[in-house]
Amino acid sequence: MFLEGFGSIILDGTISTIKLALLSMLFSVVLGLIGASAKLSKSRMLRNLATAYTTLIRSVPDLVIMLLLFYSLQMGLNNITEALGFNQIDINPFLAGVITLGFIYGAYFTETFRGAYQSVHAGQYEAAIAYGLTPAKAFRRVMFPQMMRYALPGIGNNWQVVVKATALVSIIGLTDIVKVTQDAGKSSMQLFYFSLVGGLIYLAITTVSNGVLVWLQIHYSAGVRKADL
Amino acid sequence: MNMHEFIAQYWKAYLWTDGYQLSGVAMTLWLLVASIAIGFLLSIPMSVARVAKNPFIRGPVWFYTYVFRGTPLYIQMLVLYTGVYSLSYVRDQPLLDAFFREGFNCTLLAFALNTCAYTTEIFAGAIRATPYGEIEAARAYGLSSFKVYKRVILPSALRRALPAYSNEVILMLHSTTLAFTATVPDLLKVARDVNAETYATFEAFGVAAALYAVMVFGLIWLFRKGESRWLAFLKPQTH
Repeated sequence: MFLEGFGSIILDGTISTIKLALLSMLFSVVLGLIGASAKLSKSRMLRNLATAYTTLIRSVPDLVIMLLLFYSLQMGLNNITEALGFNQIDINPFLAGVITLGFIYGAYFTETFRGAYQSVHAGQYEAAIAYGLTPAKAFRRVMFPQMMRYALPGIGNNWQVVVKATALVSIIGLTDIVKVTQDAGKSSMQLFYFSLVGGLIYLAITTVSNGVLVWLQIHYSAGVRKADL
Repeated sequence: MNMHEFIAQYWKAYLWTDGYQLSGVAMTLWLLVASIAIGFLLSIPMSVARVAKNPFIRGPVWFYTYVFRGTPLYIQMLVLYTGVYSLSYVRDQPLLDAFFREGFNCTLLAFALNTCAYTTEIFAGAIRATPYGEIEAARAYGLSSFKVYKRVILPSALRRALPAYSNEVILMLHSTTLAFTATVPDLLKVARDVNAETYATFEAFGVAAALYAVMVFGLIWLFRKGESRWLAFLKPQTH
């Protein structure tokens, strides 16, 4: 067989990477929506807080933040458990990966959503309020569907970046595609071959997600006229 | 250990040398400048090839950028470092052996190929966005295809690509943090070593994070200056 018996562990690693990417994506989208509403809010403190968050995260490399958060989370937890007299609890690397990746890419999503929201004409919201919609409904029924069209290219980019960033979590000890293919390569003495296999799996994931993104783009652009060139 | 002692003991390693070789900020900047320079020089002919009409010229460049943009840089490094060096064919060739044995060479190769792929797409996009009137006018004046690129398309396309390119350079600075996996003593490697020595996790990584942030702000400042110089003609006109 072409994977020399390592097929099942490689499949496990792939599933783990996909799960990690999806959960981090979910977490960072939620953070991004919160961050964007903070950036657009009337409260100066919230705006400054959100600006500090996005500036800080985008100026420090993701791997540095990941290591800083991963080790500090563990040490903080150790301090707490020690103070309470419990045994040491080891942070699950999967959960740590989701939290750190979500926290990092939440900053990128904040900017994506802020830009998208501002691209929708303000009159749309005013009209919705004038028709008697509550602010929450105006957002959900009027602003959000239109905003998605502007946000999609950014969301797609961020998703591709998140997928590629998941390769870093093997450094904090998670069993992902990188880890399993490296293990397979080391024990079969075919490191080159299995590194390429790892790369191909990532390429397959990014290719499939590209297709989905194109479809979503068409879906959310319904009713938008394009000039024929 | 308090912050004063910490800085007194490790500032040299963080900034420029660990006593034997370049380390810390100096190594990170050297990796960044070298990979960006190689990537930039390669990406100009490649972006021209990327927009070529001939599919046999366009195709291979498309494939190259597709593969390098579709896979994580970490995997590319692993392939080029541990992967290539595990091949007995490579170890038997003295020249290849000497090149791929050094973690630094493999790191630089992976970084340069990676940033070149992204830069090629950025420049190709800017070339495609050149107003067709400019190209037609240049042809009407009798310029050869080479001259059209040299005098008309590239000077304007590279300028218009500057904002996107500055993003790519900053992302590349973030990516240099992977160098430690190939034992290159960049800033993150210093931070990890200090962390292992002192267990002062927050200080060790916090100092590195602050230094990275300073470098990013420096780059942003440089590119802003560059944009106001080279993109002045695109500014909204005020009378």
